[in-house]
Amino acid sequence: MSLFRNIVLTAVIAGLLSGLLMTVMQSFSVVPLIIAAETYEHVDSNGAGHSHTAAPDTAAGTAAPASAAHDHAEEAWAPADGLERFAYTAAANALSAIGFALVAIAIAEALGGFGGWRGGLMFGIAGFLTVSLAPGLGLPPELPGMPVAELGPRQIWWIATAVCTALALGLLAYTRSALLAALAVVLLVAPHIIGAPLPPSHDTAVPMDLHARFVNAVYATNLVFWAVLGALSGVIRERFRAGEEISTTSKELAVR
Amino acid sequence: MVTNSAARAASVSASKIIPLGMTAILGLFIVGFVGFSHIEAVHNAAHDTRHSLAFPCH
Repeated sequence: MSLFRNIVLTAVIAGLLSGLLMTVMQSFSVVPLIIAAETYEHVDSNGAGHSHTAAPDTAAGTAAPASAAHDHAEEAWAPADGLERFAYTAAANALSAIGFALVAIAIAEALGGFGGWRGGLMFGIAGFLTVSLAPGLGLPPELPGMPVAELGPRQIWWIATAVCTALALGLLAYTRSALLAALAVVLLVAPHIIGAPLPPSHDTAVPMDLHARFVNAVYATNLVFWAVLGALSGVIRERFRAGEEISTTSKELAVR
Repeated sequence: MVTNSAARAASVSASKIIPLGMTAILGLFIVGFVGFSHIEAVHNAAHDTRHSLAFPCH
């Protein structure tokens, strides 16, 4: 049980710190762009000539336009703009950082441990490749008000791509056979050959320039976030390992 | 060093599998809740985080 407790403690500390850093980076880079894009989203949901909102769903086939879903803001609870919204974003950042750290540390432990900050940093970079870059190749970071395919299929493609990429990176880093390396390359490429669910039309009121800056900011902040999360996890995990080894050896002694 | 870690990876003891599995499931549950939940209130609360992490949103 001490292993579970130590991993959770490591993930909570690393997640809180890197989540906080992420929140600071976001509030200067990504969030202002999201808020700027929301002005266009508002124009869209008022029905100001957005081609695909008006198109009948049947014509769009399986990839029905999802812009209609933007109307939900009126019915459902949402944090008030300003401090409340910032607080919820900070909490969500920290929570997802803790979740990512839990998964990364569990995988690292199963593969022999981080072995310090450098191993942690490598896992962090792998995390960035797995959950930011690879899914982002097919589904670029999207701003509010941009046309997108239906949510469900996009989430399935996103998760499948992340799983394939994680498996591939694991094979590349932890095996030495050429056959498995070839399998890894197939796993890396397969989701992109299958292709992400695309919106029926790419028309949007959101300016191209705003989206380009947003994509840039998302990748930059995520890369720093993952590098810090990984390195911190590596350092803190080593700190907590000391007690664990003592407890296992004492248990082994007790058995003898 | 590589062979060393590979050897250690092969020898993950059975006693480690349960805590590591539980840890991974807990982590996936948290990320799934924050990033993929279809509950409107959760979506709205984590909205900026979802966009910033390039999760599929809306």
